Amino acid sequence: MTTLPDTSKPGQKKLGLVIDLDTCVGCQACATSCKEWNTQGYSAPLTDIDPYGPDPVGAWLNRIHGYEAGEGENRRALHFPRSCLHCETPACVTVCPTGASYKRAEDGIVLVNPDTCIGCKLCSWACPYGAREYDADDGVMKKCTLCVDRIYNENLEPEDRKPACVRACPTGARHFGDLGDPNSDVSQLVAERGGFDLLPQMDYKPVNKYLPPRPRRSDANPVPAAKLETVGKADGSVTERFFSWLDKALS
Amino acid sequence: MHPAYSVILFTTASGAGYGLLALLGLTGASHGAASSSAFGATSMVLALGLITAGLLSSTFHLGHPERAWRAFSQWRTSWLSREGVAAVITYVPACIFGLLWVFGGNETLIAIAGYLTALMAMITVFTTAMIYASLPTMRQWRHFMAVPVYILFALATGAVLLFALAALFGRSGIPALGVITIVGLGLAGLAKIVYWAGIDRMKPKYTMGDATGLGGTVRQWEVPHTSENFVQREMGFRVARKHAAKLRMICLALLAASLLAVWAAFSMGGALAPVLAVAAAVLTAVAVVTERWLFFAQAKHVVMLFYGEQAV
Repeated sequence: MTTLPDTSKPGQKKLGLVIDLDTCVGCQACATSCKEWNTQGYSAPLTDIDPYGPDPVGAWLNRIHGYEAGEGENRRALHFPRSCLHCETPACVTVCPTGASYKRAEDGIVLVNPDTCIGCKLCSWACPYGAREYDADDGVMKKCTLCVDRIYNENLEPEDRKPACVRACPTGARHFGDLGDPNSDVSQLVAERGGFDLLPQMDYKPVNKYLPPRPRRSDANPVPAAKLETVGKADGSVTERFFSWLDKALS
Repeated sequence: MHPAYSVILFTTASGAGYGLLALLGLTGASHGAASSSAFGATSMVLALGLITAGLLSSTFHLGHPERAWRAFSQWRTSWLSREGVAAVITYVPACIFGLLWVFGGNETLIAIAGYLTALMAMITVFTTAMIYASLPTMRQWRHFMAVPVYILFALATGAVLLFALAALFGRSGIPALGVITIVGLGLAGLAKIVYWAGIDRMKPKYTMGDATGLGGTVRQWEVPHTSENFVQREMGFRVARKHAAKLRMICLALLAASLLAVWAAFSMGGALAPVLAVAAAVLTAVAVVTERWLFFAQAKHVVMLFYGEQAV
């Protein structure tokens, strides 16, 4: 059903990701582990066409951009993973003519049923975040499943019941949890670090949040460069002047 | 947006078919049975043929055309689904009207079926336009003239077809038809001018800073993949934008030429009238395909903000 479930009631479970732009190092581990898991999981296959040729194209559910942002001394290069945000009011779901695209009432995950999708691509037109990629070989739309086949999977060890991208991240830049619960670790993290929505003006109400890069620390008190150059105490003594002369002579 | 040929063919061919169907319905409602069964049958077959060909071509761009029947289920939320439902429902009054009108039935029944057919045809064109106009991701499609342009182009292309058919049957001088065709072509051209002027004046709504949430000036220094992905191919189409101004002039010139040809055929009549009327139909067809192609090519999708577009 493409009619959205009512997610307004308090305590409604909203599973999602929190992505830390401060610590992401752009290693692509999340993207590759996502591809590896999902090409054999719920969204299988994630086809690549001409993968080793001159013009490869394929369905990936997670893409890592590189941006430069910030002002003055806070301007920096950062890595920006982009995947489905599992919005609370996703137009990708409501535009679907077949009901293949749906939002789960129990946890808010947005999924595509690969058995009923007709591959009309309208959902990809409705998504401002580019989260959906069409698999030309399979003829259906692919998107992040929040690893729905891992997070509830009792055949996996408890520590593996997380999305593959979160499990793979070497710097702990990706967090998974219930953003509907204000006391959850992820909600606390968002509150503490000032987590934000992408394009809040469009009112899709993304569940996933991004944590901003931390500002450059002003209390770090760097050692003045000049001090490192001084040999001994600058007291004008003979020893000090000798070493100064030696330093210049050798420089 | 990437202009898929199947979608252009669908919206223009079925648009013309629905326009023609609506005008045939109104003709029947006001004049009773068709003047000749040959004329009636030819025009009904042309209208329903264009509609059916368009609907079939719209399934060519689907990944799974064999599942297309599922698209009738989500009419509560999806304009694409509503369009499918409206398109199928329209066949019912259209077929009843066609039989009554061509083979001569009760005038009241013809009128009821005719009005219903015209209404359903216009509702179907409206739902087609709403598929595009309801998407929040493209401001060019949210313009208030997007829907009227679809309806006016359907009516204008339908009117030119009806005029050409009438001329082929030696009836190029029907005053109401001549006036409707000329006014229809003129209004379609004017509506498109208003639309183009409107989207040219629109200011971008979102920036790369909004999309990434990073604020201020954001620059992309690395794309996530070495070759274009689906999102860029589908949403990042920009090949023809540089020709947009010329293509707009070509579209308007074709409409103007078509209008003059209809006017000449209407006022002069004679042996040349059918030739001019058919030429007008061909010119209008090229104009509407150009217009529809630009409608897609000139729509800028918000997602391109993630791929280096500074403001959309």
